Amino acid sequence: MSNISRRKLITGGLAATAGVSGLAVAAGLVKRYGLVPPDCRGVYGPGETLTYAAQRLLTRHSLAREFPRSMISKTPFANEVAPPNDAFKRHQANGFLDWKLTVDGMVVHPTSFSLADLKSMPMRSQITEVVCEEGWSYVAEWIGTPLFEVLNTVSVLPQARYIVYFSIERPWWESIDIADALHPQTFLTMGMNDGDLPVSFGGPLRLRVPRQLGYKSVKYITHLTVTDNLKSFGKGLGSASPEAGYAWYAGI
Amino acid sequence: MVRVTHWITVISFFALLITGAEIVVSHPRFYWGETGNVNMHPLFTIPIPSSRDTVPTGYGYVMPDQNGWSRYLHFQAAWVLVLTGVVYVLAILWNGHLRKNLLPAKGERSWRAVWGVIGRYLRRAPADEAEARSYNVVQRIAYLSVIFVLFPLVIWTGLALSPAFDSAVPAAVNVLGGRQSARTLHFFVSGLLVLFLVVHIAMIALAGFWSRVRAMITGRIAVPRERVVISREGAVVSEEHV
Repeated sequence: MSNISRRKLITGGLAATAGVSGLAVAAGLVKRYGLVPPDCRGVYGPGETLTYAAQRLLTRHSLAREFPRSMISKTPFANEVAPPNDAFKRHQANGFLDWKLTVDGMVVHPTSFSLADLKSMPMRSQITEVVCEEGWSYVAEWIGTPLFEVLNTVSVLPQARYIVYFSIERPWWESIDIADALHPQTFLTMGMNDGDLPVSFGGPLRLRVPRQLGYKSVKYITHLTVTDNLKSFGKGLGSASPEAGYAWYAGI
Repeated sequence: MVRVTHWITVISFFALLITGAEIVVSHPRFYWGETGNVNMHPLFTIPIPSSRDTVPTGYGYVMPDQNGWSRYLHFQAAWVLVLTGVVYVLAILWNGHLRKNLLPAKGERSWRAVWGVIGRYLRRAPADEAEARSYNVVQRIAYLSVIFVLFPLVIWTGLALSPAFDSAVPAAVNVLGGRQSARTLHFFVSGLLVLFLVVHIAMIALAGFWSRVRAMITGRIAVPRERVVISREGAVVSEEHV
């Protein structure tokens, strides 16, 4: 009898110690890597948090698959967008010469960039797949300035955690964490398949986030804010997607 | 542990099935290879209206969009299913259920034994004493295929649809023949799981639906004139005459 209770005491003690230290390690990881998504509350919060945390640890530096030129889709699908608003039409009539990307928030030098300014920075290209949450996909070459080049130019403050980006089409805004913002394949895209980025595919300026679903690659970007907290944007869920019922993190 | 994990799996499987169907409705076309969209030829199309007006289905009707919560729930239920599966596999390795009740017994590893069981099913012969307490060889093969082939496949093909997971493990999608192939395979493997479910429920119905469900909940099965008590590991621990 005393043997059993001693054994129980020892296993129980070990389990409790393992549990507590496991929780402590988990809390440390969460704090260090920022593993909690902004839409972590609600009934689907636990699954969403597990997905985001697991993928943040697994995919921190991984690169989205790139494809040979021969795999570029002959018939990419532009998806539908709402009819452009008047502000966009004015820019379009003017050949997008006055299009500006305003970068502000937690940066040392808030700046407005014209498309020519962005094109004068180091340009890169990638042949990656656009994947829609509905299930369809296509491969295209995307040409643009990596977002980290722009962020380096304006000098992001060390406490920054998220980049919030807005389309000229007002209800359309998204955000990504700093790991995705500094990722080498996250582009401010201005070209597609050797030409200018067509309006139907997000021209003149689209933020490509190839490790996440297409809805994070917002079209017609005009404004980018660096922040350490998403609470003050919209309903505080991180972006327009969770407000419409879709996950903030779309790496799945 | 076998019974608890069974019922958690039932709940998460139904959640995955319903939400999976909802997600398919937003693009009821399937392709083979890396890419696929409405400008490309599908491998096959499910003849239903879509929840997106960008998909030409010929019905002129757009179903309500349920993708947001369906996707949230699909991935949450997938987590529950995977974690439950890990606990289940560890448990059946630990408690001997795999060895005693799932791996075909030594004398039964032959086609003759398999045909024998199928013949008894076809003759509707009542289950013999051994079958009342454990599974026959056909049941064992079916359960092993579901646990160690179909579920791992459906998890793999599902993970291959994650762009972030593919960036970390590109082979996961490349060996399947590309992203759209993985999506099509995910659909087919889900179909095989549904097929198993239909047969599983049909067999339970033949054996007496509520007595089987009660047995799977309580761990006790009522055999005429005696009561067999099944331990938590699924083995017979005592028989008492009543």
